[in-house]
Amino acid sequence: MDYRICSLTGFKIHKTAEDLVKWNMVTAILFLTLGGFMGLLMALTRWPSVHYLDATHYYRFLTLHGFNALLLWILFFEIGLVYFTSAILLNTRVVAPFVGWIAYALMLVGAMFVNIVVFAGKADVLFTSYVPLKANGVYYLGIIIFAVGALTAFGHFFANIIQAKRDGAYKNTLPLGTFGLAAASIIGVFTLAHGAVIMIPVFFWSIDLIKYIDPGTYRLIFWALGHASQQINVCAMVAMWYMSAAFVLGANPVNEKLSRTAFVLYILFINIASEHHLLVDPIFSTWHKVVNTGYMMHLAVLASMIHAFAIPASMEVALRKKGYTKGLFDWLKNAPWGNPAFSATFLSIIGFGFLGGITGVIFGTEQFNIIRHNTFAITGHFHATVVSGTTVAFMGGTYLLIPYIFRREIILPRLAAFQPYLYAIGVAVMLIGMIAAGSYGVPRRHWDITFSSAIFPFSFDPSTDIFLSIMGVGGLLAVLGGVIFIIVSLGSIMFGRRTE
Amino acid sequence: MAIKEPERIWWKPYTRDERLWVAMALLWMMVSFVFMPVYHFIGAQNPPNETYRVGDKEKFRALVDGMVNKYKVGEEKGFPIVKPEPGSDVFVQASMWQWYPILELQQGKTYRIHLSSMDITHGFSIQPINMNFTVLPGYDYVVTLTPTTAGDYYIICNEYCGLGHHLMVGKMIVKQGGN
Amino acid sequence: MAEEKKTEEGQEPVPAWQLFYDNIFLLLFLGIAIPTLVYTVWGLMEIVQIPELPVFKP
Ligand code: HEM
Ligand SMILES: [Cu+2]
Ligand SMILES: [Cu+2]
Repeated sequence: MDYRICSLTGFKIHKTAEDLVKWNMVTAILFLTLGGFMGLLMALTRWPSVHYLDATHYYRFLTLHGFNALLLWILFFEIGLVYFTSAILLNTRVVAPFVGWIAYALMLVGAMFVNIVVFAGKADVLFTSYVPLKANGVYYLGIIIFAVGALTAFGHFFANIIQAKRDGAYKNTLPLGTFGLAAASIIGVFTLAHGAVIMIPVFFWSIDLIKYIDPGTYRLIFWALGHASQQINVCAMVAMWYMSAAFVLGANPVNEKLSRTAFVLYILFINIASEHHLLVDPIFSTWHKVVNTGYMMHLAVLASMIHAFAIPASMEVALRKKGYTKGLFDWLKNAPWGNPAFSATFLSIIGFGFLGGITGVIFGTEQFNIIRHNTFAITGHFHATVVSGTTVAFMGGTYLLIPYIFRREIILPRLAAFQPYLYAIGVAVMLIGMIAAGSYGVPRRHWDITFSSAIFPFSFDPSTDIFLSIMGVGGLLAVLGGVIFIIVSLGSIMFGRRTE
Repeated sequence: MAIKEPERIWWKPYTRDERLWVAMALLWMMVSFVFMPVYHFIGAQNPPNETYRVGDKEKFRALVDGMVNKYKVGEEKGFPIVKPEPGSDVFVQASMWQWYPILELQQGKTYRIHLSSMDITHGFSIQPINMNFTVLPGYDYVVTLTPTTAGDYYIICNEYCGLGHHLMVGKMIVKQGGN
Repeated sequence: MAEEKKTEEGQEPVPAWQLFYDNIFLLLFLGIAIPTLVYTVWGLMEIVQIPELPVFKP
């Protein structure tokens, strides 16, 4: 068997797993670069005094921003984590590595199809592509190919853990990090299966082989793809939190049972929260809405509360063990704030928990949703979850894994230490601006909220101008943080000093 | 450790801190989870729940035109202003990129507003009060609405509906009762 | 192998809940079945049952 022993962690790292992690991670970072650049253009266009892009390019690049940042960056990174947790953490190999490469190739080809057809101006439908708004067939085909690739990779996770058990890599219980990715993979199977179920008929409709797709059915199934895939992110992000705490501080989960219960609650109950996209839709009864978003979803929220307790608690225990025992907060003061893998994890917990979690629970109530649906406040909410939460956690993950997997030191360590703060603060400022503007009714996905060429004149409360400018400034800070991340991560991967 | 297999039996009782935290979280969950159904019964604003299937879009268009012919009281910028009777069924049609017609409603009276789209998905967003509903083609969504404050309201579209999405603005006038 | 068996015996039994949590494939099944029923299937049933637009007096 072709493997090495990692001098930093003692893990047995097989070449097959290492290569898959490397390629998926680097691809993820490249798509973040593209998506982040589009994000810059979005912020510059929604900033009233700048209003940079023309309408056509605004909607086109908005499609690309959503697709590249949300789907490609995050899913490629998660597939990297699939191999990291199902092989490297278990000190074992990847079963049938070619399956991983097929999955990777499918994802890449699908991603290229979508990017090319949108850039060519043939699919200005935004990433939700609500039927009967129609894109060129290549767009749907690209999504199908991408989804099949990702589904294959999540399937590969299960094959790996079966083989690992046979090889004796673990006896009965997966390590918590791997368990978190198991939760992510389970949700991934649900999500991507729904994606295939709806996108295949839509593809045939786009090439005129099927006459009619019911828009209500599309929305129902689409959101099982579109929203549930965010739950893959939540699981992978939380797993990343636990792993970072373990690698950086040597932290133990304070209670395996508590943390695992939280993941099990995610697996069982989080997906139905997809309903909150449909709260002000026709069609679904109050009971369908209340049960799906109300009763059971709160069990998933409970799970997040558990993690929000368990991880900081484990950090506290670990730091106290290191001797920082004075008073209540000595441990917090002496945490490794200069280590970007740690600071990013901590910022991600705060950003996701406070900004994302609270806005999510509020906007997800049926009645409140009437006054927030499709406003800019929603964009603010999910930049809290998916950017200040997941993206920041994965940035920390990148800093953590570069020495272990790429065997390189982080270049520009000062800049790297500063980057998570800059990025998280920028995103926080941006999303607070978005939420404030949205509370006055400013819509998301809208090129001209002054309605200068619309038939009836309407203008929002003048204070929205200030909020949108705050968003713009925050967006610029975040983009600067993003640029530093890309320079440091790709720079370290290519030019960092070799560690062994 | 989160990166190693735990000991053989890890199913252990919770400590006091953990119990306390879970209890607090559960309590908070209970409050917010009872809130939604309770509010559904006592609250004044709920997402409406009445929907019909519109087989042929022309059927809905005919209802809109019938209402316009019967209740038209004026015109603004080429759009008819319609003043339907309180309590009646009112039909509003969305298409790329307009809301048709302009409604004139009376303060304090209740109307059943039917929303449907002639082409793709639109978002019915009443400003500046900021109330939002999805309008789908092929479905009729009935929003029962009682305007409480007189004034001019605008209906913007907040679901992306093609390159003229930001041009889609309609109007609704609420007049003081009696006149 | 035989030796391992020996040490397993005589130890306290693994709690049922732990066995459940360790059974990834049961979790996989439930994690797909529950949302598919509660969200997707129920939602589709409601879509199918929507009544036709009634006749309104003009
Ligand atoms: C620093 C970087 C970023 C900036 C400045 C930024 C800015 C924006 C802005 C201004 C919008 C609103 C567009 C609109 O509705 O008019 C937007 C939408 C969005 N962003 Fe970001 N963003 C950034 C990073 C990200 C990342 C990393 C993700 C995903 C992980 C993401 C996911 C999304 C999504 C899903 C949308 C909604 C797209 C849609 O409505 O179709 N953004 N972003
Ligand atoms: Cu519209
Ligand atoms: Cu629109």
